[in-house]
Amino acid sequence: MATVTYDSASRIYPGTEKPAVNELKLDIGDGELLVLVGPSGSGKSTALRMLAGLEFVDKGSILIDDRDVTLTPPQDRDIAMVFQNYALYPNMTVAGNMGFALKQQGVSKEERAKRVMEAAKILDLEEYLDRKPKNLSGGQRQRVAMGRAIVRSPQVFLMDEPLSNLDAKLRVSTRTQLVDLQARLGVTTVYVTHDQVEAMTMGHRVAVLDHGVLQQVDTPRRLYSAPANLFVAGFIGSPAMNLIEADRSGDELHFGSSVVALPADVQADLKASSATRFVIGIRPEHLSNAGGGLNSNVTVVEELGSDAFVHATIQHGGGDVTIVVRIDGETTVSRGDNMPISIDGPVHIFEADSGKRLGTPPE
Amino acid sequence: MASSTTGPVVGENKVSGFIFGVIAWIVGLMFFFPIFWLVLNSFKTEEAANGDPVLFFTPTLEQYREVTASSTGLLSFGEAFFNSAWVVVVSTIIVMVLAIPAAYSLAIRPVEKWRDVLFFFISTKFLPIAAAILPLWILARDLGLLNTRLVLIILYTALNLPLAVWMLRSFFAEVPRELIEASQMDGASLMSQIRSVILPIVSPGIAATALLSFIFAWNEFFLAVQLNPVDGSTVPIWVTTAVTTRGLFLAKLSAASTLATLPVVLAGWAAQKRMIRGLALGAIK
Repeated sequence: MATVTYDSASRIYPGTEKPAVNELKLDIGDGELLVLVGPSGSGKSTALRMLAGLEFVDKGSILIDDRDVTLTPPQDRDIAMVFQNYALYPNMTVAGNMGFALKQQGVSKEERAKRVMEAAKILDLEEYLDRKPKNLSGGQRQRVAMGRAIVRSPQVFLMDEPLSNLDAKLRVSTRTQLVDLQARLGVTTVYVTHDQVEAMTMGHRVAVLDHGVLQQVDTPRRLYSAPANLFVAGFIGSPAMNLIEADRSGDELHFGSSVVALPADVQADLKASSATRFVIGIRPEHLSNAGGGLNSNVTVVEELGSDAFVHATIQHGGGDVTIVVRIDGETTVSRGDNMPISIDGPVHIFEADSGKRLGTPPE
Repeated sequence: MASSTTGPVVGENKVSGFIFGVIAWIVGLMFFFPIFWLVLNSFKTEEAANGDPVLFFTPTLEQYREVTASSTGLLSFGEAFFNSAWVVVVSTIIVMVLAIPAAYSLAIRPVEKWRDVLFFFISTKFLPIAAAILPLWILARDLGLLNTRLVLIILYTALNLPLAVWMLRSFFAEVPRELIEASQMDGASLMSQIRSVILPIVSPGIAATALLSFIFAWNEFFLAVQLNPVDGSTVPIWVTTAVTTRGLFLAKLSAASTLATLPVVLAGWAAQKRMIRGLALGAIK
């Protein structure tokens, strides 16, 4: 059990100017499951590998339980890692793979067998202990990779997109098992994924990275309801938040033909801002088709059963803008329909150029 | 052959598969035939070997007895065989001991300018050996190494090392990076990482490289005849001296050549068992 601290840690790859990870400041609590999420090239894997000791830390430092490990080789960090492609030792059996780290520590054969068996029970791998990795299915290999990590009871687990090679159905069930396992073992875990759904469903907290810079670290709920900036607003949520550009007219912003009602703190920030272009962010469920001032023209209807996502165009800022509206699954709407909509929920306002959020985010 | 064992591949014509199979067999037989004929001739009498070619005859070991019988003043089969085995095995071991760490450092922990290093290795093979023989001979003479096994061990090691480094580097480069990283995370020391993770995966490559080094050294004739034609000489020299070219000698030459080829065949057979492909299967994904 341990805490992990990134203290302004940077990684600049040789021959590049821009840091892959730029002054990352992050505190991870004991027993926490923290997810690093971001698009490819965001530096999330690099950040994880810095903690693992597989990537050099050019600036700043990394601490595990207040012990500075910045220059400690991976062997001595007491960290276990699950790789995206599992990286199982092909010449060893499942038991050999899981017991390898213990063997390196000089743990006796009997003790090793006992602990491998314990881990195998947790992961349903008992009957495969004598098999070689090539004779296992993808899901079994994934579990062996997990087993290799848990058998050691390390201070920290690192997981680098461990589910991305599984098929969709298995991925969802393994995701749940992983969350349950992490909660039972209570080991501090850093989990990297590019999939925001995975991040939201698994993380106690989620750290969103873009271009090597930490954008926001928060609980999944807060990330969703109070994105700190335009990038987080667009990245978190599926379907994505409607982001509509609007020029200010005085101290007002228009959505279509109607003036957006703004809370007082946003109003104040808008007044203080020197920017002219803003982005109005509205989640699809915060738009309503229960009648309202805006006419929209339905182009696509995605039926999900319980509800439906309606893609529609509205007249906005002298052109057509496509928006997504979540409606009740019982309501029948089809292509070509005219659907009057209105805003029915919180609205997020960002400066278009800086991406900065206006107003204090709701608690 | 190809289509009968593997079944038709989608989009591949059965007829063309059959034709390619036939061509492959013809080419294969063309390569095999001289060896076959050599072995056949070695069991014939000189008269039969030099007469009209026949497939069926009464086999005799007479030629083998004659070429292996030692006569005074000449290199005996036993001596030559022992010398060859000594020179080849020792040089191959030295080559592998030096090439494995070199390949590791070039493939897995590349030093700066590793491409230049690699090019330097192969550039030592650019010079035709005939052009270097005079300085080599003078050096060997001055060092008192002429007619010793040592001079051949040194030269065969030097000749085979660049190729061995090249071959092994490409085998080492195929070891998935994550496997090495995983072993680091598992707390493996460098030695245990190499022994438990890398070597098992590259063992087919090591077997192939050692075999090639063995074959090249075993068959080497030019340096042996220039620097070591008398004492401690090797099997290729024996083949040329054991058979007198006076009178009929085809059957005797065949017998000598067959004997000279046997160790290579045995080494190939031994190495082949190690050369199983896909040892890294199941490591990733």
